[in-house]
Amino acid sequence: MESRLRIFLLRSMGALAFMTLLPGCSWLHVEDEGYNETTPVISPDLERRTISESDIDSEDFEVGAFVGVMSIEDFGSNVVFGARGAYHITEDFFAEAAIGRTKAGDTSYETLSGGAQVLTDSQRKLTYYNLSLGYNILPGEAFIGKGHAFNSALYLVAGVGNTEFANDSHFTVNAGAGYRFLVNDWVALHLDFRDYIFKSDLLGSNKTTNNLEATASVSFFF
Amino acid sequence: MHACGGACERFRFSLLMLALLLLQGLLDRQVLADEQALEVVIAEPYLELHTGPGRAYPVFYVIDRGKAISVLKRRTDWFMVRTEKGKEGWVKRAEMQLTLTPEGEQTRFAEANFGDYSKRRWEAGVLAGDFKGGDVVTAYADYAMTANLSAELSISQVFGNYSDAITGSISLLAQPFPEWRIAPFFLLGSGLIYTDPNVTLVDESDRTEQLASVGAGLRCYLTRRFLLRAEYKYSVIFQDTNDNQEINEWKAGFAFFF
Repeated sequence: MESRLRIFLLRSMGALAFMTLLPGCSWLHVEDEGYNETTPVISPDLERRTISESDIDSEDFEVGAFVGVMSIEDFGSNVVFGARGAYHITEDFFAEAAIGRTKAGDTSYETLSGGAQVLTDSQRKLTYYNLSLGYNILPGEAFIGKGHAFNSALYLVAGVGNTEFANDSHFTVNAGAGYRFLVNDWVALHLDFRDYIFKSDLLGSNKTTNNLEATASVSFFF
Repeated sequence: MHACGGACERFRFSLLMLALLLLQGLLDRQVLADEQALEVVIAEPYLELHTGPGRAYPVFYVIDRGKAISVLKRRTDWFMVRTEKGKEGWVKRAEMQLTLTPEGEQTRFAEANFGDYSKRRWEAGVLAGDFKGGDVVTAYADYAMTANLSAELSISQVFGNYSDAITGSISLLAQPFPEWRIAPFFLLGSGLIYTDPNVTLVDESDRTEQLASVGAGLRCYLTRRFLLRAEYKYSVIFQDTNDNQEINEWKAGFAFFF
């Protein structure tokens, strides 16, 4: 009887010991899991945004319209207008494409002779296009009054293209300089001075002509 | 300026309307861009804001570590940002690279480099040179199908002594060594040539003919998004009369990729 009681007591103590140890073990076990698990206990209601370059609006393109005066060698000066587009490759360089149109006036021979005409009216139309590379040589700021500073840049441009004049195409090299004045970060005003150089045999001998142009334009970055 | 009539007035008016429409479109874009602005946190001791997208534009504001800024837009390697106080300025890419996302991860804004060049998809450029004694201007666009093979669309204008011409070609370009900075390429192409004889000199009419070309050239990666390209092309024009015309063409120019 006494031995049975002892066995019972021993078993109870064993069970008690087991029961007291078990939760400890399981608690340890749970904590272990807590460290390893990747899902947090509290999941914040947070929208994770990964920054992707493509999400940022890049404004490397510029389009604009221009108007000005172009002097055609031997044919006087006239109004020129056209459009220009640019792609800003780096902060220093840009590629540019332009088309322009003007009309030739009378040569001094035509004016002095009275009635003689070298070209017909439709032949007097001059259309050009060109593809050029530009370099921002003097970027900086322009100050207007005391409280306003605007970004600006002086740039050099040179390129090749075509001049359609007197029913003939002329391989044309253009070179010049311009001034870009940024009204804000996406609207710019320009002043451009260009020389279009092409060979012409219109007045007898084949000679190199220099055709100067001065234009003002508005452009938008997008 | 010369006086002009009603047509000129109407032209000016439509130009103005076009400009206004364009302005409206751009304003809408601007609003959209602001709503979607991305945020980054400054991790370096400070971040400098320039007045414009270029190294020549002065620093006018400095933001401390830990402050958040929203990225509004990008121009070449410069980012326009806005501080919590509403200051707007331009930060160069190298400095943006040192900021953190709101989650504390490093921000990545890639700079175009040689790695991007060898993985480029689009390339566009302008070439000029000699076309059988005449001058030629070419504009082209390339699409890289694989690292070694690209398809090219090119348009050229030729200014000859006796005739002018416009050609349009589609070519296949093979570049065996895309990993070289100065790498050769070979091309095979076909296209059309429209010839306009100089009426005062030759008594011929306009004509459009087919042409086929083979060629070889060099591409030289310069820096950032720039490369130089030079090529030689031998073309055969299949003329209506039985004598085919052979053309030697030498050209060089610049190109950029994106």
